[in-house]
Amino acid sequence: MTGDGVRLLAPDGTRVPHPEHSIDLSPEELRSLYRDMALARRFDAEGVTLQRQGELGLWPSLLGQEAAQVGSVRALRDDDHAFPSYREHAVALGRGMDPLALLRLFRGVDHGDWDPAEHRFHLYTLVIGSQTLHATGYALGLAKDGSESAVVAYFGDGATAQGDVSEAFNFAAVYGAPVVFFCQNNQWAISESNERQTRVPLHQRARGFGFPGVRVDGNDVLACLAVTRWALERARRGEGPTLIEAFTYRMGAHTTSDDPSRYRDAAEVESWRAKDPLLRLERLLRAEGASDDAFFAATEAAGEELAARVREGVRSMAAPGVHELFDHVYAEPHALVDEERAAFDVYRAAFVQEG
Amino acid sequence: MTDTKVRYQEFRLPDVGEGLQDAEIVRWHVGAGDTVTDGQVVCEIETAKAVVELPVPFEGVVRELRFPEGATVDVGEVIITVAPPDAAGPPDAAGPPDAAGPPEEPVRTPVLVGYGAAAAPTARRPRRAAPAPAPAGRGADRPRAKPPVRKLARDLGVDLDRVRPSGPHGDVTREDVRTAAATSAGPAGAPGPAAPGSVASGPAASGSPAPGSVAPGSVAPGSVASGFVASGPVAPGLAAPAPAASAPAAPGPVPAEAYETRVPATAVRRATARAMTASAFGAPHVTEFVTVDVTRTMKLVERLRKDPEFAGVRVSPLLLAVRALLFAVRRHPEINASWDEERQEIVLKHRVNLGVAAATPRGLLVPNVKDAQSLTLPRLAAALDGLVTTAREGRTTPADLAGGTLTVTNIGVFGIDTGTPILNPGEAAILALGAIGPRPWVHRGRVVPRQVTTLALSFDHRLVDGELGSRVLADVAAVLHDPRRLATHG
Repeated sequence: MTGDGVRLLAPDGTRVPHPEHSIDLSPEELRSLYRDMALARRFDAEGVTLQRQGELGLWPSLLGQEAAQVGSVRALRDDDHAFPSYREHAVALGRGMDPLALLRLFRGVDHGDWDPAEHRFHLYTLVIGSQTLHATGYALGLAKDGSESAVVAYFGDGATAQGDVSEAFNFAAVYGAPVVFFCQNNQWAISESNERQTRVPLHQRARGFGFPGVRVDGNDVLACLAVTRWALERARRGEGPTLIEAFTYRMGAHTTSDDPSRYRDAAEVESWRAKDPLLRLERLLRAEGASDDAFFAATEAAGEELAARVREGVRSMAAPGVHELFDHVYAEPHALVDEERAAFDVYRAAFVQEG
Repeated sequence: MTDTKVRYQEFRLPDVGEGLQDAEIVRWHVGAGDTVTDGQVVCEIETAKAVVELPVPFEGVVRELRFPEGATVDVGEVIITVAPPDAAGPPDAAGPPDAAGPPEEPVRTPVLVGYGAAAAPTARRPRRAAPAPAPAGRGADRPRAKPPVRKLARDLGVDLDRVRPSGPHGDVTREDVRTAAATSAGPAGAPGPAAPGSVASGPAASGSPAPGSVAPGSVAPGSVASGFVASGPVAPGLAAPAPAASAPAAPGPVPAEAYETRVPATAVRRATARAMTASAFGAPHVTEFVTVDVTRTMKLVERLRKDPEFAGVRVSPLLLAVRALLFAVRRHPEINASWDEERQEIVLKHRVNLGVAAATPRGLLVPNVKDAQSLTLPRLAAALDGLVTTAREGRTTPADLAGGTLTVTNIGVFGIDTGTPILNPGEAAILALGAIGPRPWVHRGRVVPRQVTTLALSFDHRLVDGELGSRVLADVAAVLHDPRRLATHG
């Protein structure tokens, strides 16, 4: 499997038949995939704007990766678990997360410590690749509990250079953990290109660990959904892990602190713009008469509404209480934490007030 | 937002990177009186990292731009004010923004992440007991020192900015700090020009409290204020002298502000200053000169200007000088290289990214033509043209500036014979093209007027010996003397 990988929807919006992976979705399902991608894109753009206005400390944009995220998360059952890295905003929305929960982390008013059990969406993990280990362990636990739930671990191409990811691959393979390793290969690990990170296409790594690896066109939401669904069913049947390499592109900067024009060509960005995930689904919807202008206008309006809600929500976020710093160090009260909290209070009392 | 007291809103320059101190306003997209919407891009700023567009967080009518284009603004400063759309009257009705009289009440300034809630002048806010440990200077200008050395300096009350570094990469070492501490604390009561921040540290350094100070740890609520001034430490690990307590000495005669004007340096100017200092004092330069009869090149320039393949692009002697340099690089590829100080290696570059020094409204920029060696002459001409036009319009991107391997500077356009150019940092050579004009010249045994110029080549003597530098310069001269060599010797 080379090139763009499994593809069911070409950039021009035409369907592509595939011998193993096919999918039959109703017009309503197609529309809702488009809507989720469009809302995620609008939400993400608002994150960038809010950072530029000084309201967020940082924002990692998902622009260009909507299909990989929306397609894969749509394959999850409600009782499945997603372990994200830090760019999985569309996955978060797909799991029903409150978008403001993500923004609280990037505004620095909390530690991104939402309840992972509530939506089976685990914590954003900025330590590169370590969530693959958490996901593998969690998946093994589910299997040992006799559950039929499965787990998806999200990570990027850069993470594949980390030891944690190799350990997770091996452990999951040896124990047959019901986990899907979903790698969004967006071509750039900050400023390091693929060719500087790996000597083989990433999906081929899996073979060496003894489980299947599949490349999928990461800008094709249908292919991402079909292949992730297939991999999750393998996991539920006890056939062990799968590696999915969603071949996609980070259209924006690595984060708002990055300037990609320093290390990549504008021509490369343009070539990927032609493969835009939303555009190709829009073309399909229009060609098959599944959506009209009114639908797209309503989707855009919903995006603006979401953006306005997010904007107001961020601007009115209360600053955290200083004692929250100590709240989650241990689950139970702890004498040392109590002592440090008291010492911190004494320290703060040493500040003067300026009249 | 609908409160009747709302007159205008302030947008403060946010930290759009991580830990930026300031940014330069490159361009305003709006002016006073313009209507703006929430999220609309109002200006472009240039930080140490990138040019970034800033969206305003309000809707309404622009009341005032606080800084002109080109100004360098600290993070947290108000850059633009916007009157709400429902505010009565046009923006000008409020009168000139800086007119005397009670200022209007600004409202709801956005919170800047990392800078705390916006502090109105009257707000009560905590002030640190100990002086802030972070230096005030820009990150890039911070003296290099390892964290334990920084701590030592803090403990000894030594200002790292004033320590002469002796470490391998210009790092300040422990010894440097100790030496500096000994020097400043040395002659008791010596009224010399001790640096602010490095004096009055004798008692603190020796561990005994200064007279009148409160012992560390015994700060009582009622004595807090005096505790700050005299005793630095109020908590373990924060021990530091209070520089505020020592007034800086004011040596010398009255400053002559009347005879000088201080101009804040733009981001480009500061970058140029850093780069030139690093290059001039980091790379040993050798400059060689050759004076050459370029009459044939000038005739070729005339012919090319009429050639349809060159229609619409500028054909100049510079173009052929660039081509001559590329010719020399093909024959002597070792000149297209750089010195890796850290690894003690020579890095041979496979592509020639040829830079051209351009005077622009924002200062000196050296954008480069990527893969110049692979271009045909018409395409090279178009690329140089585009580069210079883009630079003059101020639209040069960081990508245009990055990755240069050799540079040509055309000082001849100013009527100058020649010079000793400083290398663009990281490059091994730079060619200066002097003024071209008629001179008496010995041609075929007779003194006749010929078109003559002087070429100068500066090179980095760490990796380029005199022989290589000379051969390269001789090749450039030979091509400009007789451009037919491009066909016969290339």
